[in-house]
Amino acid sequence: MFVIKCPYCGERDQTEFSCHGESHIARPENPNEVNDKEWGEYLFFRSNPKGIHYERWTHDHGCRQWFNVKRHTVTDKIIQTYTMGESKPEDNNV
Amino acid sequence: MKYSLLNLVRNSFSYHENWQEAWSSPELKKEYDIIIVGGGGHGLGTAYYLAKEFGLKNIAVLEKGWIGGGNTGRNTTIIRSNYLWDESAALYNHAVNLWEGLSSELNYNVMFSQRGLFHLAHTVHDMQEITRRGYSNHLNGIDAEILDKEQVLKKIPYINGDGRYPIMGALLQRRGGTARHDAVAWGYARAAENLGVDIIQNCEVKGINITNGTVTGLETTRGSVKAKKVGLVPAGHSSVLANMAGFHLPINSVPLQALVSEPIKPILDCVIMSNAVHVYVSQSDKGEIVVGAGSDAYNSYSQRGSFDMIEHIMGPLVELFPIFSRLKMLRQWGGIVDVTPDRSPIIGKTPVENLFINCGWGTGGFKATPGSAHTFAETVATGEPSKMAAPFSIDRHYSGALVDEAAAAAVAH
Repeated sequence: MFVIKCPYCGERDQTEFSCHGESHIARPENPNEVNDKEWGEYLFFRSNPKGIHYERWTHDHGCRQWFNVKRHTVTDKIIQTYTMGESKPEDNNV
Repeated sequence: MKYSLLNLVRNSFSYHENWQEAWSSPELKKEYDIIIVGGGGHGLGTAYYLAKEFGLKNIAVLEKGWIGGGNTGRNTTIIRSNYLWDESAALYNHAVNLWEGLSSELNYNVMFSQRGLFHLAHTVHDMQEITRRGYSNHLNGIDAEILDKEQVLKKIPYINGDGRYPIMGALLQRRGGTARHDAVAWGYARAAENLGVDIIQNCEVKGINITNGTVTGLETTRGSVKAKKVGLVPAGHSSVLANMAGFHLPINSVPLQALVSEPIKPILDCVIMSNAVHVYVSQSDKGEIVVGAGSDAYNSYSQRGSFDMIEHIMGPLVELFPIFSRLKMLRQWGGIVDVTPDRSPIIGKTPVENLFINCGWGTGGFKATPGSAHTFAETVATGEPSKMAAPFSIDRHYSGALVDEAAAAAVAH
């Protein structure tokens, strides 16, 4: 089980949280102008890396806030948590 | 050497010490006509059908670990074909048809047991779902019986019909059941090698060589190898291989775990699945109670599930079968499943010429093994998606023509 550091509440058990997939995916600004391929990429295609993954979690059974987690998908080690709106941290400090 | 009663008697004179190896460990050649990446059931089966049905030669299967050591050996061995949509029904039922003759076809006992599979319904919505799916199955020629509570309780002794979510009925597929997962990989490997396929274990693909948009070979931990066609069948590492070839997939890889108990005397002679309380359970021929449930929600390649998920598996099990509450769980393991947005697989061509892919089977690929292998072999052999594979192209995620079994089953399946 993970211990996840919620940026608002501090360290809590994983069971209080839920994961909602990759973060930092920008919605196309003008959906009517993108073609099917671009829209499909935005909706469905994910990087799914074997390594550093940036993802969105919510603290369901706590403050109910959304935030970002930088985690390694082989070791499951959480490297960093940060709030929504903060820019994506660099890949280097594994 | 054919497995037969005669050969069994013959080998008994030498105390069974002279059986030839089921498959050998050849060296990787410099060049193959077709290379299949991934030595699980789907990959080995693909090589087998390429050799058997399409008469192709000079084929290799590359496996990074040992054959059947990935998801083929990490599942709960459940087989069924009662899917909602026509495309899935055709594919999974093709698999069940092949399962029925597989042991004799491969001359290897895969212990396919059509012990019947019950999808329990616990709510009015569940009843509507199984009724709709049952009628859909009838239209597709798949056996499905809709049972009421009394019939379920009569057929499954010891089940608790009056728990927190009382049982209201079930959808029964009598042709569903289980098979021995290891034997499926071993049987296909042995049969494929008999037809001249090279099975190369401990050979991890590190790079895919592409010239002018066409695949030309692979870089592996055992050196470079040239290939005219490559089929990727990489459960758990689909995105990693796709990245090597320079394209993306609509896949997230997540852990799915299962558990087995200590062996006990026969108590459960069918497969039970419940989407509502979410657990699936059967009893292996060794007597172990085999249990699985949901996957974790986060991406991971760790091959271990989260600890709290075990409680989510055991809770519903004990709710349905209070008698199992004192069972000791002996083993627990995790596999990495490649989940697509619609929970249907991806079978077909890739943006790279002569590079084909069969992946994204999510949490339910084992049941499809022969059908998947057979239809993918046709796709690789002809160079065009087979009729059965065509609806499962990568392109459906652009066109929107999803085969949405996720919505149909309401859970991963």
